[in-house]
Amino acid sequence: MRFHQYDVVVVGAGGAGLMAALYASKTATTAVISKLYPTRSHTGTAQGGVGAALGNLEEDRPEWHTFDTVKGSDYLGDQDAIEFMCTEAVRAVYELEHMGLPFSRTPDGRIAQRPFGGHTNNITGKPVRRSCYAADRTGHMILQTLYQQCLKNNVTFFDEFQVLDLIMVNGVAQGVVAIELATSEMHVFHANAVILATGGHGRIWKITSNAYALTGDGIAIALRRGIPAEDMEFFQFHPTGIYKLGILITEGVRGEGGVLINGKGERFMEHYAPRVKDLASRDVVSRAMYLEMREGRGIDGKDYLYLDVRPETVNKFAALDGRTRPDGSPYRVTAEELLSKLPDIIDFCRTYLGIDPIQQPMPVQPTAHYAMGGIPTNRFGEVVIDEKNKVLPGLYAAGETACVSVHGANRLGTNSLLDLLVFGKHAGLRAAEYACQSQFQTLPKDVADFALEQLDSLRRCKGEGERVSTIAEEMKEVMMEHVGVFRTAEGMQQALTKLRELKERFRNLKLDDCGKVFNTELLNAWEIGNLLDLALVTTASALARKESRGAHAREDYPKRDDKNWLKHTLAWLREDGEVKLRYKPVVITKYPPKERTY
Amino acid sequence: MEVKVKILRFNPETDKRPHYQTFRVEAEPTDRVLDLLEKIKGYQDGSLAFRRSCAHGICGSDAMRINGVNRLACKTLVKDVGKGTITVEPLLGLPLIKDLIVDMDPFFEHYESVLPYLINDEPPPLKERLQSPEERERFDDTTKCILCAACTTSCPSFWSNDRYVGPAAIVNAHRFIFDSRDRAAAERLRILSDQFGVYRCHTIFNCTLACPREIQITKAIGEVKKAIATGSLE
Repeated sequence: MRFHQYDVVVVGAGGAGLMAALYASKTATTAVISKLYPTRSHTGTAQGGVGAALGNLEEDRPEWHTFDTVKGSDYLGDQDAIEFMCTEAVRAVYELEHMGLPFSRTPDGRIAQRPFGGHTNNITGKPVRRSCYAADRTGHMILQTLYQQCLKNNVTFFDEFQVLDLIMVNGVAQGVVAIELATSEMHVFHANAVILATGGHGRIWKITSNAYALTGDGIAIALRRGIPAEDMEFFQFHPTGIYKLGILITEGVRGEGGVLINGKGERFMEHYAPRVKDLASRDVVSRAMYLEMREGRGIDGKDYLYLDVRPETVNKFAALDGRTRPDGSPYRVTAEELLSKLPDIIDFCRTYLGIDPIQQPMPVQPTAHYAMGGIPTNRFGEVVIDEKNKVLPGLYAAGETACVSVHGANRLGTNSLLDLLVFGKHAGLRAAEYACQSQFQTLPKDVADFALEQLDSLRRCKGEGERVSTIAEEMKEVMMEHVGVFRTAEGMQQALTKLRELKERFRNLKLDDCGKVFNTELLNAWEIGNLLDLALVTTASALARKESRGAHAREDYPKRDDKNWLKHTLAWLREDGEVKLRYKPVVITKYPPKERTY
Repeated sequence: MEVKVKILRFNPETDKRPHYQTFRVEAEPTDRVLDLLEKIKGYQDGSLAFRRSCAHGICGSDAMRINGVNRLACKTLVKDVGKGTITVEPLLGLPLIKDLIVDMDPFFEHYESVLPYLINDEPPPLKERLQSPEERERFDDTTKCILCAACTTSCPSFWSNDRYVGPAAIVNAHRFIFDSRDRAAAERLRILSDQFGVYRCHTIFNCTLACPREIQITKAIGEVKKAIATGSLE
């Protein structure tokens, strides 16, 4: 076992973790611990852009961005935090540009912007160009740029280390316990501040845009240390995943004029969101797609629809909508323009579907994409652990792992990159400030025991037992079936029963690999254990919420119920596997809840 | 259909040297080679070790040799690699650790050696630095790099001397050398003009063929060579 000491340790090296590390390392000794090489993180797959009201192409204001985000959240987002994020957005984007991020440019050399779902001019109600982009690989550019800046600033990295446990001493976070993948050696990182930035957990579901690595490690570790998870019932299904594969097709395709088409050849979003149509919020579009498919209007009656971005289709509907360019001329696209703005999307379709989106429509279906819920924090990234927002000293969370909450019941496109920039930065600053004025506490002798016990319970290569992949497959099937876009009490009860059965079976695994060098089977098993815990918390939180709001759509409670449910869920996972639920109020400042239409 | 997957296996805890093992897997023609590896690991031999994450060609984790060619396992479909046995081996030129996992540290050290970050000490404006679409286009191709190492580990010059920085590092230097906002081109060109820099490139084009992002790597290296030779970025 090896010991290390830093003021701040950051767990995870995606956008939030790197941003936190970059800012924390300005004043505090900082280490980043990541199970992947940093450039492998899932931030790199974000495509369409980061939202900020720069107003480079038309009038826009942070207040509009704030309102759009509140409305997009179906009024469950905390309005003080949302206003903070949308106001900071402008500075955050300029800061990235100064760090070297190669944004696409307008003809006059400024950062290019494109429309995105739910982002509007609040006066006209029409889509506004707010998403700052670098072709369709904005996340890749953000991840690369932040990693480059961390190298420039000599941040210390522990790559391919899996963090297994959070060290708590006298009610204060004091570091983490990790295993080195290459050797299985255990490492204790003693630190006065810990920032959890481990990303999402979309791997709970069968069809997902999420990387294999997105197994909710940070939330699972926190739950095991008695920290609650907030609003876990709200998980976004992105409307346009590649059929069967779940690989994301950016909303930017619809921003550039692409439309969704059903089996009858209709642009069905006209009926569900008459004003912004295909650029309605993601929850609205995903539900509309499910309803179309349920009515037999999928392509050939099957469970997929078309996303059509062929120039002739784009131009036809742009003319019908009266869409114009910033200079007032009619909006028309050419194949070359689409190729330059959406090169990766076109490449994905050619690779995985063997089709060319310039000439053929893309088969798509909703795909599990983003966790609005997570570890509860305030807007400084400090983890808060009860209904009164009591701060847990020394523990911070940022990015998809955290729930501030700025996304409420449904996140707007481009706000995830914004979230990780703004709250990653502030968590880093706050953690460094706190750590530098805190004293290290003495660590107990058995500091690594809980982590070791967890691994030992999985490390069985003899006797009878089940393969972990079987358990993972069954979990993904049941979650897709019963805790997906539409939900009912009956289905979620079935899911709960199944998840409890799977958790029981999980205690009796058999591995093929009991070695020490890159034992990825053991670590995958540990990750599946995390997903099972998160699936359980998600389902219990969803079953209790008897209303429909944002991404949580109940067929047995189809309406939003502000009287009883305008509140955040806090869920604790007890040692016996039961989920304890409590609730805390939503922060409402300027925008009283209204009916939400697009 | 059933596919045979022949994998070069090596477990440093039990094996003296690598050996091949063949698995039979049910597969669709549209399955990714990564899907086959996942099926083998999940249902036949859990000890098979390989890296993967995003599974759609962006994170750069799963570069390996497939039928002798460097490719991403997640971007290679069964139908694209023929009907016979699919042979899967680890990248060449980096130390082998276990099965398909090689030590990436030397690769990232070369990357870091070219100062892969924007250097510009002038105080930034309140808003963005301006850059015309043409200036932005100048280095667009090399911004696509995902650091998967497919190029560097396909390069015979790198195989013969691993102190050569390799194509990936040069690609990332190019990305900054030709960025109108950067001020350290001269320093990077100096680094790349040393004996383990660009002149180790003998325009064999393996790197360009191996790149899963279709970056024109040999062209980028040529542009860096030209900049060193002429002292000009034009």
